[in-house]
Amino acid sequence: MAEVILDSVTKGFEGTLALDDVSIAIPDGSFVVLLGPTGAGKTTTLRLISGLDKPDRGDIFINGQSMKGLSPAQRNVAMVFQQYSLYPHLTVRENLAFPLKSPLLNLPSEQIKKKIDDVAEILQISHKLDNKATALSGGEMQRVSIGRALVREPSIFLMDEPLSSLDAKLRSDLRVELKNIQSNLGATLLYVTHDQIEAMTMATHIGVLDEGKLIQFGSPREIYENPISIYSASRLGQPRINILPAEIFDESPKNAKFIGLRPEQIFQGKGHDSLVTRVEHLGDQTRLHLSFKNHDLITVTDAHTPLSSGDIVKIQPENPFYFDVNGARL
Amino acid sequence: MAQIKIKNVRKDFGVFNAVKSSTFTIEDGEFFMLLGPSGCGKTTTLRMMAGLELPTSGEIYIDGEEVGQKRASERDIAFVFQMFALYPHMNVRKNISYPLLSQGMPRSDVKKKVAEVAEILGILDILDKPVGGLSGGDRQRVALGRAIVRNPKAFLMDEPLGALDAEFREHMSEELRALHDRMKATTVYVTHDQLEAMQMGDKIVVMNHGVVEQFGVPQDIYDWPATKFVAQFIGSPPMNFLEIDGMVGIGSTTIELSGMTQKIPEMRGGAKGRLNLGIRPEHIHFLDSSKYKGNVINTEYLGTTQIVSLATPDGEIKARIPANVAVKTGENIGLEFDARTITVFEGERGLALPSVANQGVISHG
Repeated sequence: MAEVILDSVTKGFEGTLALDDVSIAIPDGSFVVLLGPTGAGKTTTLRLISGLDKPDRGDIFINGQSMKGLSPAQRNVAMVFQQYSLYPHLTVRENLAFPLKSPLLNLPSEQIKKKIDDVAEILQISHKLDNKATALSGGEMQRVSIGRALVREPSIFLMDEPLSSLDAKLRSDLRVELKNIQSNLGATLLYVTHDQIEAMTMATHIGVLDEGKLIQFGSPREIYENPISIYSASRLGQPRINILPAEIFDESPKNAKFIGLRPEQIFQGKGHDSLVTRVEHLGDQTRLHLSFKNHDLITVTDAHTPLSSGDIVKIQPENPFYFDVNGARL
Repeated sequence: MAQIKIKNVRKDFGVFNAVKSSTFTIEDGEFFMLLGPSGCGKTTTLRMMAGLELPTSGEIYIDGEEVGQKRASERDIAFVFQMFALYPHMNVRKNISYPLLSQGMPRSDVKKKVAEVAEILGILDILDKPVGGLSGGDRQRVALGRAIVRNPKAFLMDEPLGALDAEFREHMSEELRALHDRMKATTVYVTHDQLEAMQMGDKIVVMNHGVVEQFGVPQDIYDWPATKFVAQFIGSPPMNFLEIDGMVGIGSTTIELSGMTQKIPEMRGGAKGRLNLGIRPEHIHFLDSSKYKGNVINTEYLGTTQIVSLATPDGEIKARIPANVAVKTGENIGLEFDARTITVFEGERGLALPSVANQGVISHG
């Protein structure tokens, strides 16, 4: 297992900067999730660490060793992609054995068998080892591709949206499973996703990327409770944080241009009148769409609220975030 | 606009039975969701309303008129597909005008009508642009415009947002719903996304294996699921089931868990043997003094709340509690269940047993 360091890494593709002077220290045994919209530089970061692409400037260190000039095979990293690429004509066991049969490793066959049995047990696919890969369900196939990464005992796992093609139920099961596997192995894992639930629930650290720049790096709780900018604050939280002009409520600090209100930062029952424009019952909670001084905002309330559209609700900010004209947190 | 009534509708494709025997009514002006996993028969049901498939048996009424065996063109209904099909060689205005011109409407009327629709959708500024260069959202708006312009009796939509990414989907779903609130047109909407269904729908039909499992307003379905399938399909995480071997009868107000007597809503039906106690994650509370313990397996931070997985003597459950409560893996925690919210399911068929709490809501099939 390993610590990974990106030191001022820059990478461009045909005139656009995919990564712009990014430095990250990924501690040994951490589960790091890179979060950001399409084009933020998440996948580029993975590809640079794996050795599939080379940085234009800067360097990458795994366990203190520079990766300059090392091929993907020499780096001992394992990648898992969104689309599981298994060999369809091979059984699960043969698929798992494949990375171990590399002439570079030259492992004896009993050792290969033992490793496969161990990994199959961790992933709960022991009973499927002799099935053809094509006879598996989507969730099982993705488990096998994760297994193929596990058997190699790489120094770091790189995963690019590995759960996004699975259905909701399976995704939430595998989320818990993957997190348990990672923490039991003490593995270092770098994970790319669009899905904020995955980021919040699995990560020890989240890296927020915006147009190739690392905006914030910290625990999910730090990013959620202490975002450094509007952009960072907007990455986590459902419904999304409300951003309004700072002066809309009574007093605001000097230099404040925007006020940021997550649902729990909106106190209901005293303060200013707002109009309920829509009520959405989501089951465990109810979303209120409010109109306040011609601005729309969304907050949540009790599942069984008597409120309906047309009602007046008093609202007041409670420990809100303030941001300056550039969107930086004050 | 229109009321749509589905009565004992069945559809077979050869030997495969896609829809068993559906009965439900969509009231005039409703935003109505057909919800279920893939293969449950929801799209087939929608296509039968549109006239794109004909039912094997049963009746479909639009505003009281039986249309089951009529062709799509005779039903005055607009269909919006997941992949919005626009004419690529025409500009936005021509795409929206096309259905009217082909009906033979005079050009001056068409022009007025198109302007009206473009205004509603906020696409006046792109009317003369080719559709090729439009963003996903604008293409979707144009497709909607083409449906709206005909003034149909109802809109039928088959996962119209399915192909969009998460952030944009949320935005478009709000826009669609706001559009509906302005126009009040009867809309039937197919989705497999339970959150989308809860968020947008006035009413929901939940289908599984060609059968209507439950039909009602979103909050009722969430609170009082008629079957275990509905209890699991709606809600994230889904409803928990404590598995017990026991019995309840009419008038029962308690049930025996392992080592604890649990209060439940007064029963209006009975069953014995394998039973499931259904409890939503937010109705599980931590209470030190409780004799009923759960061992913490895992916690998932979600910002405002956290999900705690616990092993109990009656199976694994998930609780939703505030994020500021400190919870450690391996810890034993006393648990309390909100008795007013519990549903008892009969084990074999997974049907909810009636109680004073749910009897007004549940109706099977």
